[in-house]
Amino acid sequence: MVDPRTSIVNERLKGIRRIIAVSGGKGGVGKSLFASTFALILARKGFRVGLFDLDFTSPSTHTILGVQDLQPREEKGIIPPQFQGFEYMSIIYYSGDHATPLRGADVSNALIELLSIVRWGKLDYLILDMPPGIGDATLDLIRLVERIEFLIVTTPSQLAFETVKRLAGLLQTMRIRVIGVVENMKFAHSDTIQRETKTLGLAFIGEIPFDTGIEETIGKTDKLLDTAFAEKVKQLALKI
Amino acid sequence: MHEWALAEAVISAASGAAEKEGFREVTEVRIRVGELQQIEQDVLMFALQQIKKAKLESAEFKIEEARARMKCRACGHTWIFNKKKLDESVVEAIHFVPEVAHAYVKCPKCGSPDFEVVEGRGVWLLSVKGVK
Repeated sequence: MVDPRTSIVNERLKGIRRIIAVSGGKGGVGKSLFASTFALILARKGFRVGLFDLDFTSPSTHTILGVQDLQPREEKGIIPPQFQGFEYMSIIYYSGDHATPLRGADVSNALIELLSIVRWGKLDYLILDMPPGIGDATLDLIRLVERIEFLIVTTPSQLAFETVKRLAGLLQTMRIRVIGVVENMKFAHSDTIQRETKTLGLAFIGEIPFDTGIEETIGKTDKLLDTAFAEKVKQLALKI
Repeated sequence: MHEWALAEAVISAASGAAEKEGFREVTEVRIRVGELQQIEQDVLMFALQQIKKAKLESAEFKIEEARARMKCRACGHTWIFNKKKLDESVVEAIHFVPEVAHAYVKCPKCGSPDFEVVEGRGVWLLSVKGVK
């Protein structure tokens, strides 16, 4: 028995110029916030953008962006709806607010299903908001998506960076392009992460200061784009 | 017509298999569809007929359905999926992404959502026959 879905994945993604997985290993480092803001900024700059939330068990980009009452259209597959100038896809269209407990094989199946049936438009960027951990989603993307690139988000914490080292090692071993490392939630002067990133042979994209006002912007994209966080993401976007 | 996207995947995989086997022409493609995903077989067949090309031009497509059988990981109970017990919107959600069944379906014996879909999940390519 052959799973026919995997043979169509790259055909579905062929109209996309760059496919960037925003990853980092650890949870809570700001991957979803970065991915959402990055997508918003690229769309406002006039790029054709898609954002795909791949954190199936704990999706959060819809909350960050305030996505409500959207549904994909069914037309020879699934057409993601437009949100704030970009195509937006999330499992919440199907799971709603319900807890969706998925084991690894289920995550893998859901990911392959969506990669094989979602028909993205012609895009400059498809941003993938990755779940924490180096698990099925990461391995399936590496296995199935030919032109995948990873952008690693971390914090000043050595604990978070330990996971970055593991992820970077895996990606380098598998010859997957790593765009570089973003240090988020920076609150004190230190160049430790920058130095260690370079030791790994990776590019240090830049740092984003800890923004105490970010929580107030959740669900409000205009307010989010007004923050120091978004201003910094805008600057870093030039290096990505 | 979500079935169309799955039909494209089947054609792509069957073409790949035919290439690998060195077939000059494909005569038969057998497909299994899982009951959980509620694939409309006539729509899938229509899409396959519309999309088939090159070596698959004269291929006969045979579709069989597998019952959706679940097994609870908590208590070991096994049961057959019954869509009649679910809202139409839930059945539709499962149609697109079968894994969201874990958000709506519970073990009828112990109530756990931690179950395995033993059989009858999605679309499978069973075999490709042809002439060399």
